[in-house]
Amino acid sequence: MTDTATDLRTTRFVVARRKGGDDPDELRYDTFDVAVGPHTTILDSLVAIRRELDPTLSFRHSCFHASCGTCGMRVNGREGLACVTPVPAGAEVTVEPLANIPIVSDLVVDMQAFYDEFDEAGRPLVRASESIAAAETAEGIDELGRFEDCIECGICLSACPVAGSDPRYVGPAALAAAWRLIDEPRGADPGPVLRLMDDEQAAWRCHLAWECSEACPSGVDPAAAIMRLRGAAAAARARRLFSFGGNR
Amino acid sequence: MTITRLPRQPYHIVIVGGGGTGGALAHDLILRGFRVTLVERGEVTSGTTGRHHGLLHSGARYAVKDRESAVECIEERTILGKICPDTFEANDGLFVAITDEDVAYEPLFFESCLASGIPARRVSREEALRLEPYLNPELKMAVQVPDATMDAMRMPLRFFASAKAGGAIIRPWTLVTELLVTDRLVSGIRVRDLTNGTEEEIRADLVVNATGPWAEQLAVMAGCDVPIRPSPGVLLAVRGRWCNMVVNRLHPSGDGDIVVPQRGLSVVGTSSWVVEDPDDLGVPEDHVERMYVEGAKMIPVIRTAERRAAWSAARPLIGSKDADSGRELSRTFKCFDHRETDGVEGFVTISGGKGTTLRAMAETTADVICGKVGVEAPCQTREVVTLPHTAYYAA
Repeated sequence: MTDTATDLRTTRFVVARRKGGDDPDELRYDTFDVAVGPHTTILDSLVAIRRELDPTLSFRHSCFHASCGTCGMRVNGREGLACVTPVPAGAEVTVEPLANIPIVSDLVVDMQAFYDEFDEAGRPLVRASESIAAAETAEGIDELGRFEDCIECGICLSACPVAGSDPRYVGPAALAAAWRLIDEPRGADPGPVLRLMDDEQAAWRCHLAWECSEACPSGVDPAAAIMRLRGAAAAARARRLFSFGGNR
Repeated sequence: MTITRLPRQPYHIVIVGGGGTGGALAHDLILRGFRVTLVERGEVTSGTTGRHHGLLHSGARYAVKDRESAVECIEERTILGKICPDTFEANDGLFVAITDEDVAYEPLFFESCLASGIPARRVSREEALRLEPYLNPELKMAVQVPDATMDAMRMPLRFFASAKAGGAIIRPWTLVTELLVTDRLVSGIRVRDLTNGTEEEIRADLVVNATGPWAEQLAVMAGCDVPIRPSPGVLLAVRGRWCNMVVNRLHPSGDGDIVVPQRGLSVVGTSSWVVEDPDDLGVPEDHVERMYVEGAKMIPVIRTAERRAAWSAARPLIGSKDADSGRELSRTFKCFDHRETDGVEGFVTISGGKGTTLRAMAETTADVICGKVGVEAPCQTREVVTLPHTAYYAA
């Protein structure tokens, strides 16, 4: 950000570091002093650190406006997108990688497992048309949640207390994506995804901490999606139970 | 659709730059049978590509003043629609006339669209407001064109995913420290792996400079010159999806005259100036203010909408060093064979262009590469459907 010199203050950034070959169980912390203004974001500051102080600092970024989802990290212990997180007031700020996701380098995490879950949930999701006449969901499109607003940032997974204790859990993002497919199938068959997510490591593993919806930077509300997914899974079970061996 | 497995070529092509152009080139070269390594100093699409507004151009924006770009856009828009399914929000674009000057400009605009092969339809004030209720009610009329929107990172990621699945080695977090040059021949690159600090040499039969606005910085390492002007523009994202169509002002391209819906945000762009160093852009606050003012002329609620982000992206414009605003430079692209421009062999630069034309840029560059190494292999990227973006990260 370009702010006038009079607006600037100095903030000490305490940044978690880890490179290949380092102890995988430990983060080391480096400090950098950065001049910040009223509009300076965490991402602006990291870019400045990389350009002027340490070219080896690695972090993910792409869009700079909360659209790509690559710059999810923890700022003073709370998950957020670095590109839309202003540098907080105070002399010092701590920046760490997302939790519950393996670290590649410094603030860069490995999204492979996250995307593997998404693929099972029926990704990718794009609402190809908002035109009611052309949409498969002709009526009531405004009533549907825009789960395609999910930017696949991993912040919900980092904030989720269950994912922190059990890596087998499918996680909030993939469950929200599954619910979108069931709620707004647009011609797809939601049956297989519903059966896949009707599992103790999927829809039924959530402990209702609601941390995911609290942390989501894109207003997706994965927790609500998980609750609706449970309702749909229970209803489908009931239908199967009372179908007397008929058409499953 | 059948994918012809072309015979494997012995040639190893190294691409420097992980933007949309580099990704599309990796995909093209893999389909033509080459061995490909792509290096990028950060995450892929972290330079210019990921920062764009996410407009898939119909070409209408360029129809009056830059016919060549307009024709490229409508052709590529049509091809990308086929090879990137489930990627675009095809809600069209609306060019809105607000003032009498805008209305006077309309016939030239409309005819230029048709002459460029861009389907265009005149829309009355009443219909425009029905289509997009948040438009300025004082608008006079509008023209509808087949613009679409996309995720600026995820569309290009499909090309990276496809290249990777075909055997390309994609190496993010890999910084080029040196071009290996002997007797005016480029034979590879020296890189530092930023994830562990190790350095190594990567040998290449040909090195491609696909670094966009950084093209000149890389070319200098081989003693070559590229007439690239990094021309940044400021973009503003506000909260609220205030339109589903891409809304443009119906007038000659200017600042803040386009609003692109992105999920729950509306992105207003852009301004234009020229810098020396694409790593040091800044976000001038007066430009941000201009986005609010100009954007609100088309969609008034933008004036008071909450600011979500403001950022700058550097376009890689080809042209005269004397250009000072960037607007007068063409938005088409160019491939430079440095044997012809600088007498240096084994080194090619692709630059200029824009997100919408990434596939065409790759095709042109791959044609140049085939010509240089003496391989006959036709381009297949017009037909081959690319993989979903998730395949880039998923196992």
